[in-house]
Amino acid sequence: MGKPVDVNDTEWDSEVLKSELPVLVDFWAPWCGPCRMVSPIVEELADEYSGKVAFYKLNTDDNVETASKYGIRSIPTLLVFKGGEIVDQLIGFRPKTELKRSLEKALS
Amino acid sequence: MTAAENKAAREYDVVIIGGGPAGLAAGLYAARGRHKTLLLEKGVVGGQISLTELVENYPGVPTVNGFDLAQTMLKQSESYGMETEYTAVSSLARVGEKWLVKTEAGDFLAKAVIVTSGAEYDRLGVPGEERLTGKGVSYCATCDAAFFKGQDVAVVGGGDAAMDEGLFTSRYVDKISVIHRRDELRASAILQERAFANPKMGFIWNTVVEEIVGDGQVSSVKVRDVVTGQRRELPLSAVFIFIGQHPNSDFLKGLVKMDNGGHAIVNEWMETDQPGIFAAGDVRQNSARQVASSVGDGVTAAIAADHYITNKFTHAADAAVPAAAER
Repeated sequence: MGKPVDVNDTEWDSEVLKSELPVLVDFWAPWCGPCRMVSPIVEELADEYSGKVAFYKLNTDDNVETASKYGIRSIPTLLVFKGGEIVDQLIGFRPKTELKRSLEKALS
Repeated sequence: MTAAENKAAREYDVVIIGGGPAGLAAGLYAARGRHKTLLLEKGVVGGQISLTELVENYPGVPTVNGFDLAQTMLKQSESYGMETEYTAVSSLARVGEKWLVKTEAGDFLAKAVIVTSGAEYDRLGVPGEERLTGKGVSYCATCDAAFFKGQDVAVVGGGDAAMDEGLFTSRYVDKISVIHRRDELRASAILQERAFANPKMGFIWNTVVEEIVGDGQVSSVKVRDVVTGQRRELPLSAVFIFIGQHPNSDFLKGLVKMDNGGHAIVNEWMETDQPGIFAAGDVRQNSARQVASSVGDGVTAAIAADHYITNKFTHAADAAVPAAAER
């Protein structure tokens, strides 16, 4: 059972950038309505891609450093990393099929 | 999904396209009418209100967060048996007496379809807008305003949404320039009063945005005064755009009668010119575009759909039995 793990500014490099698997990070904040719609989809994907993709969520209120480093100016934003590099960026609510396409691309 | 599952259309009495207030209200009435009911939503349940910080004009509910109101409506409708699928509709076509709704998640066959697909915000259509969306260009202040603490931003538009979102944004930012192409607002009086009284909000009248400038992030906007023709550049870090909306009705084109703006034309029972297709809320012509009016529309459409199904399918089937026996 995969589940998105909370990540913070201090763990960012070791968890996300040095991950051996491709990584999807869900940038969210408690006050953001659409973020609350994205998170259940990310949870489903974490389950489906367990062992293939690592899933993290980052609270942009508590982790301003990472959020501003990546120029996050709108949430929800999902970033997909491979080998520490951003390979895809999805801003705003996107349907599950689109998220899956992005993950498949990262895995190929 | 296997090929076999994909092939067979799942059958429903009522399929509702769009999960905003109109669709959720229609779902409640259809499900309580004991119709097998499916709600299709391509994005976020609640539609436009899911992005609204506070709804304070829905009678009986003094103030509520838009997302929470939508979730409450969804749970209420689902508690009576309404099903929900998160998928986009690609087409709608008549098959015999019924309607076939094609989606990414498979096909659905319905006795009646209630279209509550709502409306989507308009874009300015200026250079830089698309490239900088999510990088300072925003259509949702409640989502993004917090990223611009202590900075200068612009709100484009002069309606209720522009004032509402501007007032929300004022909690975070230093200064808001409201850029409006006319010399007066069309927002409701109470919102105008609040906006004019807000010390952070300034107004730039008779002015249009010509370009949004920025290298990776918004850094300024180029504007033009439509009266004097004078151009200038305003340094700022975000542009919130609320200039109106257009109906989500592409899948209805050529199927039901529409006005020039793409709104479905309906009668007072929310019936389109196609029997069995109803349209309610912002997708229909002359919608008042309020949560309360959309809810009313959705309820009307569900009651009309109930009558339609009863007359067309139930009574027709009852009548068919003796008619066949007589022969």
